[in-house]
Amino acid sequence: MTRGATPERYEWQRYTLPQRLGRFFAYLLAVTVVVWAVRTLDIFWPWVWSAPNEIADMFNRMSPPDLRRGDEILRAMIETIHIATIATFLSLFLALPTAYIAAQNTTPNTFTLWLGRFILVATRSVNTIIWALLFVAIFGPGVMAGILAIAFRSIGFTGKLIAEAIEEIDRKPIEAITAAGGDKGKIVIFGIIPQVLPTFLAVTILRWDINIRESTVLGLVGAGGIGLILQGAIDTFQWRTASTILIAILVVVVLGEVVSGALRKRVL
Amino acid sequence: MLKITDLNKRYGNGELVLRGLNLEIDGAGLTAIVGSSGAGKSTLLRCINRLIEPTSGSIVVNGVDITTLKGKPLRHARRSIGMIFQGFNLVDRLSVMENVLSGRLGYVNGLQALTRRFPQADVDRAFALLDRVGLQDYVNKRADTLSGGQRQRVGVVRALMQEPKILLADEPTASLDPKTSQQIMALTRELSDELALPVLVNIHNVHQARTFADRVLGMRYGVMMFDGSGAELTDDVLDDIYEGTAGRGDEEQGEADDGWRAEAASS
Amino acid sequence: MSAPRTWRKPAAIANPVLRYGLFVVVFAYVYWAVASLPINWERVAQGLPRAVRIFSNAWPPEFARRSLMISGFTESIQMAIIATLLGVAISIPVAIMAARNISPMPVYSLGRAIIIIARSFHPVIVAIIFVKAVGFGALAGILTLTLYSLGFVGKLLAEAVEEIDQGQVEAIRASGAGFFKILVYAVFPQILPRQVGLSIYQLDSNLRASAVVGVVGAGGIGGTLMNAFRRFDYDFAFAILIVLIAIILVSEGVSGRLRRGLS
Repeated sequence: MTRGATPERYEWQRYTLPQRLGRFFAYLLAVTVVVWAVRTLDIFWPWVWSAPNEIADMFNRMSPPDLRRGDEILRAMIETIHIATIATFLSLFLALPTAYIAAQNTTPNTFTLWLGRFILVATRSVNTIIWALLFVAIFGPGVMAGILAIAFRSIGFTGKLIAEAIEEIDRKPIEAITAAGGDKGKIVIFGIIPQVLPTFLAVTILRWDINIRESTVLGLVGAGGIGLILQGAIDTFQWRTASTILIAILVVVVLGEVVSGALRKRVL
Repeated sequence: MLKITDLNKRYGNGELVLRGLNLEIDGAGLTAIVGSSGAGKSTLLRCINRLIEPTSGSIVVNGVDITTLKGKPLRHARRSIGMIFQGFNLVDRLSVMENVLSGRLGYVNGLQALTRRFPQADVDRAFALLDRVGLQDYVNKRADTLSGGQRQRVGVVRALMQEPKILLADEPTASLDPKTSQQIMALTRELSDELALPVLVNIHNVHQARTFADRVLGMRYGVMMFDGSGAELTDDVLDDIYEGTAGRGDEEQGEADDGWRAEAASS
Repeated sequence: MSAPRTWRKPAAIANPVLRYGLFVVVFAYVYWAVASLPINWERVAQGLPRAVRIFSNAWPPEFARRSLMISGFTESIQMAIIATLLGVAISIPVAIMAARNISPMPVYSLGRAIIIIARSFHPVIVAIIFVKAVGFGALAGILTLTLYSLGFVGKLLAEAVEEIDQGQVEAIRASGAGFFKILVYAVFPQILPRQVGLSIYQLDSNLRASAVVGVVGAGGIGGTLMNAFRRFDYDFAFAILIVLIAIILVSEGVSGRLRRGLS
């Protein structure tokens, strides 16, 4: 050990040089994208600055809620719930077989696999409202269009999650049932269904909860439910009626969440 | 009862895992197969009920060459071959009774399976067997609430529910502690005697092989190189069976595992 | 030998009254719901021939009005990007507020209330209100999607905050750090992976939603689509839908890969 030697200075950097370069470019890219988005967007900036005022003004005009059309609103909310419930129920009949063929381990052949996946992707990517537009064009305005719109959208959502659950099952019981001489049907009944059932129930309940929210807006394109009354109130500037409707929606949605949360806990 | 002639199995383009294997089992008794990992023990057993497809060779079970069957006849043939697994392979979320009754899935129709309404004769047999193995208090308990030893007993009952003509056991005790392992092997031996059922067991534990088996087969690199009684299984013989396979065996076991899992998944 | 023992699978609901009661309730509900829903069955029957006509009109898809589509989609993408940024930024403090292990009760209640309100209303409804408040166009859309992001990301982030390892918080607090330092050193590092994953997912989600808020005038391709339907331009609508699905697929694929790469 030499005397008089000075200890080395240790430096600590949080990120190595390559990491820092990487982060720098990532930030640069992000900022560029954001700047492009903001600059080329057609925004009338005076409206942006006045926005908080406008919003506050709107709140003023919306309170206190006007309860005079309460009956009508209640009936419409119940109709909305019906639409959501029936549509969710209906979608199961299509979602289950689609999930079965869209799962790699249960699909009969490659064609059905792609067909199943295509159905799931298509029904998921098209938003409920757009489905509603289509069905209103076909079946005319009314509840039927709404039910079908929600049902179709739900197929993609529940089908995808169920297909994933099917793909993740434990293969060992399947092996045992095959060894005992069971055919495909028995494998499904004893091997797949028990393993997939909790996820299936949880996903269905979750989708029902989401569908309640979705069905509140169907009326805006003429597909039934409370949306129609809401649109009417807003168009005629009856803000206080509108706020009653919004409160009703809030209550129903929150209740739906509570119910669905409790049910899901019991199932899993 | 079981006659295997010139059985070969190759995974993909790799080497042969089973090479021209010959085996004959006549009549009851417990036959143990020993050998290091990768010797092909699991592959052999799974070829017998065609969970794995043999590459070539013939396997005659109860007078029928199982390698020629497809579809329904194959499933019928599987009914007479019972199997118990290292990982128990129970349906965890179902009850003990449902797991046990699933041994009859080769015999009942879809509606019966769906509604769990099995013939009374099956239910009687199930209760009798559950009594026999000491699980009568667990009839409606979920399978995943049971201990390892209990689960394997459920596995044994399930296999026996098939009224099999031969019972295959793939390392049935490898996942169990030594004491439970002993109990399960003893139970298997007793049942083999009581039911005059030939049993073919893959086993790692040479001591248990000597204790419980009438006949011991030693496998090495896909061939049978020893066939005799437990007494004849001397340490020299064991050295031959396990010679130089310690390290290599694990790799082969890994390959073999991937191989048959991939095959089973695509079947 | 005793009498033969029978066995039936124990019912999922043990109490027979409850079980049959449930059947009755479900059946009655379905009957009531279907009966009370105003379905015009005649109109429905006309649906199938109309559907055939619409689908034959929709093929082949019309891409001639490309520029209209491109500007609509571009606006939607821009809205989605900005809204995700804003929404995620705001959701961080709100999530901290709405985490019971960090915030005192009144703050927690306020945080939870904000999240619940942000989540309960469908983006379309929120869009309508914002359109009335700040006028037609992308601004309303951005505000809507920001609220939408806040509700979704805020809720999941709050849950992530509640699940952190309290030991780390304890350790930092023991060193004498104040609230913000605790946040930065003990809380954020634990929720950062989740945060990034959620942000990517939300960008994808906003892309989808931005196509929809246009239906009520809040900017983006939704307005173009709505007009196409109104004018019975089904082939143009079909073209828009095809591109929309393609964009969503690509975005989903990219976001999925990114999230997998991060975890």
